[in-house]
Amino acid sequence: MPASADFDAAELKLIIDAHRSLEGPLLPMLHAIQDSFGHIPAESHAPICDALNITRAELHGVISFYHDFREAPAGRHVLKICRAEACQSVGGSELAESLLSKLGLNWHGTTPNGAVTIEPVYCLGLCACAPAAMVDDRVVGRIDAARLDTLLAEAGA
Amino acid sequence: MKIYVPMDSAAKALGAEDVVAALRAEAPDADIIRTGTRGMIWLEPLVEVEIDGVRHGFGPAEPSDAAAILDGTSAKALGPVEDLEWMKRQTRLTFARVGVIDPLSLDDYEAHGGLKGLRVALDLSAQQIVDEVKTSGLRGRGGAGFPTGIKWQTVHDAEAPQKYIVCNADEGDSGTFADRMVMEGDPFTLIEGMAIAGLGVGATRGYVYLRSEYPDAIAVMTRAVELARAAGVLGSDILGSGRAFDMEIRKGAGAYVCGEETSLLNSLEGKRGVVRAKPPLPALEGFLGRPTVVNNVISLATVPVIFEKGAQHYADFGLGRSRGTVTLQIAGNVARGGLFETAFGISLGEVVNDLGGGTASGRPVKAVQVGGPLGAYMPVSKFDTPLGYEEFDQAGGLIGHAGLTVFDDRTDMLGMARFAMEFCAVESCGKCTPCRIGAVRGVETLDRIAEGDAAALPLLTDLCETMTDGSLCALGGFTPFPVMSAVTHFPDDFARQKEAAE
Ligand SMILES: Cc1cc2nc3c(=O)[nH]c(=O)nc-3n(C[C@H](O)[C@H](O)[C@H](O)COP(=O)(O)O)c2cc1C
Ligand code: SF4
Ligand code: FES
Repeated sequence: MPASADFDAAELKLIIDAHRSLEGPLLPMLHAIQDSFGHIPAESHAPICDALNITRAELHGVISFYHDFREAPAGRHVLKICRAEACQSVGGSELAESLLSKLGLNWHGTTPNGAVTIEPVYCLGLCACAPAAMVDDRVVGRIDAARLDTLLAEAGA
Repeated sequence: MKIYVPMDSAAKALGAEDVVAALRAEAPDADIIRTGTRGMIWLEPLVEVEIDGVRHGFGPAEPSDAAAILDGTSAKALGPVEDLEWMKRQTRLTFARVGVIDPLSLDDYEAHGGLKGLRVALDLSAQQIVDEVKTSGLRGRGGAGFPTGIKWQTVHDAEAPQKYIVCNADEGDSGTFADRMVMEGDPFTLIEGMAIAGLGVGATRGYVYLRSEYPDAIAVMTRAVELARAAGVLGSDILGSGRAFDMEIRKGAGAYVCGEETSLLNSLEGKRGVVRAKPPLPALEGFLGRPTVVNNVISLATVPVIFEKGAQHYADFGLGRSRGTVTLQIAGNVARGGLFETAFGISLGEVVNDLGGGTASGRPVKAVQVGGPLGAYMPVSKFDTPLGYEEFDQAGGLIGHAGLTVFDDRTDMLGMARFAMEFCAVESCGKCTPCRIGAVRGVETLDRIAEGDAAALPLLTDLCETMTDGSLCALGGFTPFPVMSAVTHFPDDFARQKEAAE
């Protein structure tokens, strides 16, 4: 398997060492690895398993269970659009569907230039100003088609 | 000049940062204080300007309003915020400080009653603390409504070298945001509540399991824990008492089922978020097998006011066996959405029509989903149901985390039922077949009904019964609530499709 372009074994070791003595270290460790590398690189599996004394199957089970963890990098930005009920009540589904069809993408798809990955999310706690979305860590409420276009343009899509 | 602008994510999502920038540009010397939200989301960003010691509101503010707000000529002036109907009609106990104080100022927190409860608790025995919570009548606000004092008693009575307080801040239900608002707007109240819980049950360590979808709340809570530790509110010597309690913020990873307490504990331990069979109760064998209190954010954030004002004061509010206040979250297609804290007992119709002002679209209300994705769709004919745990149960619904999502008459209830099944399929932890497979079959069956297959409706009913009876937790067990309530109360939406196909 080719090494990920941005993988750095020394950095990985620092992250593992910083988290290994926590109670329940795996999730914080995986989050930190993903924050650094943009995903959970395959090269990190063996060192994590060694540090925590877990099997590869266990690690794979955890990584694949949670929606947050990626085994491959996403686009440079991630646009999350809420699909849950409160957002649906004000047209969120139609908005998301028409955006996806305009971009020719499915959920989890990335624009061809690698700028933006579109992810579904189930509630952002912005249900009183729905429909809601989030670009990376920035929240946006009462979105409409024009607002989505602006967000995508800002993200370089 | 003192100006207050919320930094709550709902306010940010509606442009608060741009408004702050415009205010700064217009009035470089003004003292701009960031707060939580008052909960009137339809008025966000709500700018408050202090005039003769009274905070006057302006909203919903846009950057172009800055100059007029500052010179007092803005058409968006609302008058003193405390005098607004929405504020005056509330009983703000849990949310007393939210929107008022700087969330990250411990001085501000103390000046508004913060830490009083903890000081009271430090003078009580552990058993007295547990007894106070029992007297308050507080029931878990996370969904199941289990009496908090009884849960604490079990952990108190358990013998173990280490016990834990785990705060469930996974708030995955659509239509809910009370946990988020309190964490962003008054984080010390949650910290104080957890510390009191620790003293009550003999736990010295705590965790907040906070969903990753809430980056702002994570940032505020993380900072608040650091500040509390630096000020000696947390650590080995709480407020100089010689007693210890410390805590950490842990980020979830995007799984709805991890809001279920045993799945949450597995996740916190670094495992797959699979639901555990009970017994053993988490109160006896919880985090790392140790006795653990798992409580919702609102349950724990309500503890300080119970000790500050007295358990009986809290218990004096409410209806029947639902004591104290309910933190309603009014959401969806509604004219005035937001957070409203009031004594239990208010009717569903009053919340939706009177407080919420009906739909945002101006069309008739069709249904209100109460209690998140596992809650029933309540038709308008049930609007006289009072908000109380038992009262909602009798009406075929549940209060859950007290989120209410309003839908107008254009809503296709078959579509909503299908979504409930789809959501269950996506989020199932996979442990039981009726949930894992049943939800997938549910989607298929609803598609058949949509295509006009009349024989599929009894199949759906059967399937829902199997899910109700054969599921280990409420994800599989309660998904039939939204589905069957839609079928029962809105039969036309399941029949009209049939005619269309014929
Ligand atoms: C699928 C599922 C999701 C849940 N999600 C949450 C949640 O997000 N927050 C919460 O506090 N409780 C949630 N619960 C309820 C918890 O299992 C548990 O009852 C609660 O955390 C106990 O705290 P409380 O007594 O203070 O309410 C969920 C339950 C189920 C079955
Ligand atoms: S009902 Fe569903 S989510 Fe709950 S334990 Fe069973 S499979 Fe897991
Ligand atoms: S349902 Fe979309 S933000 Fe809550």
